[in-house]
Amino acid sequence: MTNTPLLQAKSLTKKFGTLKANDSVDLVVQPGEIHALLGENGAGKSTLVKMLYGALQPTSGQIYWKGQEVHLADPAQARTLGVGMVFQHFSLFDSLNVVENIALALPKGTKIGPLAKRVEEVSHDYGLPLKADNLVADLSVGERQRIEIVRCLLQNPELIIMDEPTSVLTPQEADLLFQTLERLSKEGRSILYISHRLEEVQKMCDTATILRHGKLVEHCNPANETAASLARLMVGSSVKAVERSKPDVSAAPVRLKLQKLSLPPASPFAVPLSDISLSVKGGEVVAIAGVAGNGQSELFDALSGERDTPADAIIINEIESGHKGVTARRSLGAAFVPEERLGHAAVPDLPLSENVILTRHGSDKPLKSGLFLQRNHAGELGIRISEAFDVRKGAPDPNAGSLSGGNLQKFVVGREIDRGPTLLVVSQPTWGVDAGAAALIRQALLDLARQGAAVVVISQDLDEIFEIADRIAVINKGELSKAEPVEDMSLEKIGLLMGGVHGAEPETIPASKGQEAYNAD
Amino acid sequence: MEILEAILITIVTASTPLLLAALGELVVERSGVLNLGVEGMMIMGAVCAFAVSLTTGNPYLGLVAGMLGGVVMSILFGFLTLTLVSNQVATGLALTLLGLGLSGMVGEGFVGTPGVKLAPLPIPGLVELPVIGRALFGQDPLFYLSVVLTIGTTWFLFKSRAGLIVRAVGENHGSAHALGYSVIKVRYLAVMFGGLCAGLAGAYLSLVYTSLWIENMTAGRGWIALALVVFASWLPKRLIIGAYLFGTVSILQFHAQGAGIGIPSQLLSALPYLATILALVFISRNRAVARANTPACLGLAFVPDR
Repeated sequence: MTNTPLLQAKSLTKKFGTLKANDSVDLVVQPGEIHALLGENGAGKSTLVKMLYGALQPTSGQIYWKGQEVHLADPAQARTLGVGMVFQHFSLFDSLNVVENIALALPKGTKIGPLAKRVEEVSHDYGLPLKADNLVADLSVGERQRIEIVRCLLQNPELIIMDEPTSVLTPQEADLLFQTLERLSKEGRSILYISHRLEEVQKMCDTATILRHGKLVEHCNPANETAASLARLMVGSSVKAVERSKPDVSAAPVRLKLQKLSLPPASPFAVPLSDISLSVKGGEVVAIAGVAGNGQSELFDALSGERDTPADAIIINEIESGHKGVTARRSLGAAFVPEERLGHAAVPDLPLSENVILTRHGSDKPLKSGLFLQRNHAGELGIRISEAFDVRKGAPDPNAGSLSGGNLQKFVVGREIDRGPTLLVVSQPTWGVDAGAAALIRQALLDLARQGAAVVVISQDLDEIFEIADRIAVINKGELSKAEPVEDMSLEKIGLLMGGVHGAEPETIPASKGQEAYNAD
Repeated sequence: MEILEAILITIVTASTPLLLAALGELVVERSGVLNLGVEGMMIMGAVCAFAVSLTTGNPYLGLVAGMLGGVVMSILFGFLTLTLVSNQVATGLALTLLGLGLSGMVGEGFVGTPGVKLAPLPIPGLVELPVIGRALFGQDPLFYLSVVLTIGTTWFLFKSRAGLIVRAVGENHGSAHALGYSVIKVRYLAVMFGGLCAGLAGAYLSLVYTSLWIENMTAGRGWIALALVVFASWLPKRLIIGAYLFGTVSILQFHAQGAGIGIPSQLLSALPYLATILALVFISRNRAVARANTPACLGLAFVPDR
């Protein structure tokens, strides 16, 4: 290209201690293009864009804005230049209302009154309707993202950085977002789009920059690549596809039965569970899809015994368990893997062997003899799990917190599968895990089911759900849809069950999209 | 009639220091910092105000000294908790102990010496009103200031941009930092405002309330101010209710004790605490309002990544 790029980064390097999060990365963004930044978790995508947004200072390297070298001391300076950013973890303030949240990102002297009007105008104009005086805490994730986008647009940016914007959206909300992005690009604004969803990138983006382990791998045109070749570039080797066979569960016993499970909210902003019924047989994987914050964590707490329910609401292996504690449920053959690996599934400052004891002391006889713990046995278990699940670690028995996210996740899933449970409930099994580890975990879940266990997977990752689920149910506002066989489900159908476009006024759903979704039924 | 007027005047005098100290702490907590050292800052304000007004003969200079005393203590707290990221609870407790000890040392020579009283500033005309005239319009300048400060703080927090930033920092310091606000700077300013108000409250005690220096003369008022902030759901208007209710009941129970009512005096002394807590629990029973006003980052240390 001969024209001046909007933004250019030359050999940007960022070190955190000895770790090189970015190692001389180059990036060129042309005016009006949608530029994808691809890479696995931990590849350094977020570090790179934080430097471009002034939130981090590069250790070395230069940034050029319209051909001029710039030093971005803080985000305010980047915003003045015309760089806007929509964060992955929203930088919103729950107890402030929509317009206050937006005002905070705008320059001094912005009056709240007129701003409220402008927010509502701009948001309707771009098909992202918002009410100015709504409290953020009361909004859905999709609506929160709209605030971020509108906040960004009001600064009239020439470059918009988006960090994994679709990971929290229903498919319909994602489509709406793509239309907005296309419109922005037609207006001449550039978009730097971070994602690890390859289909999206191929559909939307003009160019792509791929990072791996903090290093630049390639600049390419996603349209000329296949999803598989992009994945290879991201991971560095090809990822093994999950193998699955169709289970025959007609004669299998029911391992988990939920009967009209209801649970009042634990805090003012939590979701109540209402009338959830589900039956899972040994041998099958049932996935529970849904947008974050629709009752998934409440459902997991009820299933695992962290919160009590009426005894007959939860039946594990034909025994009423709603009132039983976590250890009692484990003794019945159940196992649980919660969403947060650090702090919930594992204690960061304890070694792996002690983390084994923590979930298995009550149900695994050999771990205890009389009053005393059998530490040697725990150590052996730790090694066995690490070998079976390819947990890579520096020391024989390191602290859980010193493992990388993917390795720790393999360990906490492996710890439960190693017990040979007859029921496994796992929440977000591959959240923030690299593709290789994700494939291994998914295969292990499938294998466990095919050996006769019932597996319940709570996940927001629809690709994952379609890869491993035999039946799919959708949770929305604390209600669970009927679990349908995966053959009868489509993305559109799941999207509608998720509530379609959260919080939109009916007439603002584009007619064509709504129609398509209904036709798919 | 005369008795009623006298009671009203004492109620206002008893409530004003609580309101002043609590207002400062409210702003501090809204910015996400929990400063348990209110008592310590208050007593330093009291002793500084007393010492300077006595030696110079000018109570207004004493007032300034009281404010400075509180602010210096709060800067110490800020340096420890914000710059050195020490634990806020432990540091706050230490600040109170330091203040009590240090003030005792500074004030040793002043015990029993009559001080200079801050003269009332009656508002002409209004002070002639029956019953409420002298209680509301014949007071010292600090009382008027406390009223103006309460209104000003409400306006500042909920109408001004700077107040919005303070609330944002207290709600989610990570996001505020990502948006480019200096969390530490905002918190330093809030903590210093808290010190200033606590210093004023202390000065009120030694220049208006008694015009004497007595060791430990704050007598737990700093702790009451802290509790008022929580029970008022971090809303200044509820702080007025809390502070004045506490003042009213504590004065009334004195009169009840004096009148020889057949209730144990310990029970009567406990009454202000009980009544205030009950009333404030009652007004903050709406949990959604309480949740929406509780600073989510209260007491959490902020360390920006570099």
